[in-house]
Amino acid sequence: MVSSRTPDPSPTTLRAGGDPDGEGRRRAWSRRADPIFRGVLIVAASSVLLVLAAMILRTTWEAWPVFAKEGLIGFVTGEQWSVGTSRSEVTGTYGAWPFIYGTLKISFLAILFAVPLAIGIALFTNEIAPAWLRRPLTYTVDTLAMVPSIVYALVGMYFFRIYVWAPIGRVIADSPLGALTFFSGPVLLSSYWSAANILAIMILPIITAICRDVFAQIPQDEVNAAYAMGATRWEVMRRVIVPHSFSGIVGGTMLGLGRALGETLAVAVLIGSSQRWAPRLFFGGDAMPAVIANTFADAHPEAIWALLAIGVTLFVFTMIVNVAARIIVVRVSGRLGGGAIV
Amino acid sequence: MRSFSTKAAAALLAFSLLAAACGGDDAAGDPTAASNGGDAQETDDNPDVGGDGVSADRADLLGAGATFITPVMLEWIRDNEPGIAVNYQSIGSGGGIAQFLEETVDFGSTERYLTDEEVADAREIRGCDAIHIPDAFGGVVPAYNNPALDAALQAAGQDSLVLTGEVIADIFMTNVSQWDDPSIAALNPGVDLPGGDIIPVHRSDGSGTTYIFVRYLADVSQEWNDTIGYGSEVDWPAGTIGGNGNEGVAAEVQQQPGAMGYLSIAYAIENDITMASVINADGNAVYPTVASVSEGPSSIIDTIPDDFRYDILGVGGDGFPIVGTHWVLAWECGYDDDVASSLQDFLRWVVTEGDDLAVDLLYSPVTGSFEARVLGQIDRINAAE
Repeated sequence: MVSSRTPDPSPTTLRAGGDPDGEGRRRAWSRRADPIFRGVLIVAASSVLLVLAAMILRTTWEAWPVFAKEGLIGFVTGEQWSVGTSRSEVTGTYGAWPFIYGTLKISFLAILFAVPLAIGIALFTNEIAPAWLRRPLTYTVDTLAMVPSIVYALVGMYFFRIYVWAPIGRVIADSPLGALTFFSGPVLLSSYWSAANILAIMILPIITAICRDVFAQIPQDEVNAAYAMGATRWEVMRRVIVPHSFSGIVGGTMLGLGRALGETLAVAVLIGSSQRWAPRLFFGGDAMPAVIANTFADAHPEAIWALLAIGVTLFVFTMIVNVAARIIVVRVSGRLGGGAIV
Repeated sequence: MRSFSTKAAAALLAFSLLAAACGGDDAAGDPTAASNGGDAQETDDNPDVGGDGVSADRADLLGAGATFITPVMLEWIRDNEPGIAVNYQSIGSGGGIAQFLEETVDFGSTERYLTDEEVADAREIRGCDAIHIPDAFGGVVPAYNNPALDAALQAAGQDSLVLTGEVIADIFMTNVSQWDDPSIAALNPGVDLPGGDIIPVHRSDGSGTTYIFVRYLADVSQEWNDTIGYGSEVDWPAGTIGGNGNEGVAAEVQQQPGAMGYLSIAYAIENDITMASVINADGNAVYPTVASVSEGPSSIIDTIPDDFRYDILGVGGDGFPIVGTHWVLAWECGYDDDVASSLQDFLRWVVTEGDDLAVDLLYSPVTGSFEARVLGQIDRINAAE
């Protein structure tokens, strides 16, 4: 993930680096093998593009009747989702805003919860933890990344939301904050709040891993120089390590956000699935991947087109996030330097 | 090739189910049993294992559709006396209808009848009718989680909470949002109702259970009919939450204090979730049981049209009012003779002899005068040229 600044070796250097004085037959084979290998690589590389293009075109094509009826803007901003039962035309009303809102809200909250925690864990592992603890700590965080979604979903459903999140939510709703619409009760077990929390746990490992790598890339000389000038540990972390790694942190965050946007199963179980939205934290809403997964199996044909339209929208959002991440990283690393994320 | 391996799979499935049953386990409706059978088909090369004596004019059947019927369907497949090997894919009513209309299965299975458009399409696809064959009924019950209310009911000496369709509709429209609402108190006089929010819980997936429930609410509540309507997936009001499948709703109801959801009756009984009685069209408060669910369809037998596309509404007498039908979909023409006779034999056995298995698993079987009419439907399979 973290690239060094050395330029890629060009094809010409590769060829020149061959064995000019080698045996004739072997060289003849190499001459034939080279273009074949090149062809294989081209096919491999272009297959990604082809698969991607096929997916986009196919889903957009299938979803087109829905876009045509609702209009692109109408589909994205419409607040009503009432499915029809037709096999040949679009008879229902399809406004995907409640799902778009839900996806953006829980992803943003998850980032808000996970990024500070990830930076904290990474700093602790790299800078503060005693040497014997670093390995186990790293493994533990990496193990979190390997747990399948369904396990997160079940643990969230049968444990966390009952004994941790809902009680915390009730404390917030009963506090003076509860007077604000956003924090008002009643606190439901399945809500934006529960979904955001499970997402935060799920994206924590990848952000932590990247932060750790990026922090480890800071030139030791700069750190030593800061210490030599009398900086405390806290000051070194705050003034040297974190600013230096800003673009890396942004990159890691965007990877986490990508996962959060697309996470299906755990969100489907915990978000509340109500096809409505409200600017409240403890309200049961829905998210784009979750509504697809939940309603797909029993949907009438026209509802399936509408679900594909949500899929296309989700794809577009993911692309926007990626491009935005790229732009931020390029801008910021130009200004601050430091480990860049590709 | 398919029929060859499905026979082996079905025979093995029957064998493994039988073995499990003998072992004292309740294998009924165990989805892993089905997948075991599926796995076994890869390894087994002897199609005659199980010795079910399949004769030359028998064919193996492939069906797909509703998950609602799966537990009893597996039992029927295991125990059916004609010995027909059936491979049933539990993929949901929508998928069952789609596969049936694509002619990739011998029969479809669904909790909702075909729409007019689907009926017309079916006629175009094969040039004859798709036949609706009811094989079981299922009640959909209001189930809730409110221990304080249960204690109050017990103190008042009342067996169960009594609700009307209108009040249930109001609860799910969030018009009635408190457990001590006057409309609930009026139906349960003498019960000291505790307060607290009612959290309505619905299915988040499209579902025949939803269809049965909201079809009933649309029938008894004009406001529901005007604002929400009915379908296997509806636009639920804000403030409700959804759970995926019966198990999702059950989990939500069991964990969320103050929740009220709707469940397939078998699910509510098996999970010991508190159910409410509902007042039917004759003004009787009826508690959901397998017997009271069976009453409903019999009471409306005379109003059922010849094409068997119907909703069960206006149930009176001792019948529990929220009831739906499970249909098998079959074609009126175009089967090979052996497939048609196997399908008829299997369905006849299910409708006439399969009742006990259904009752054991809390389904309400097709009985009496209803049964006679259903047998007439089965006779239509492959009858048209």
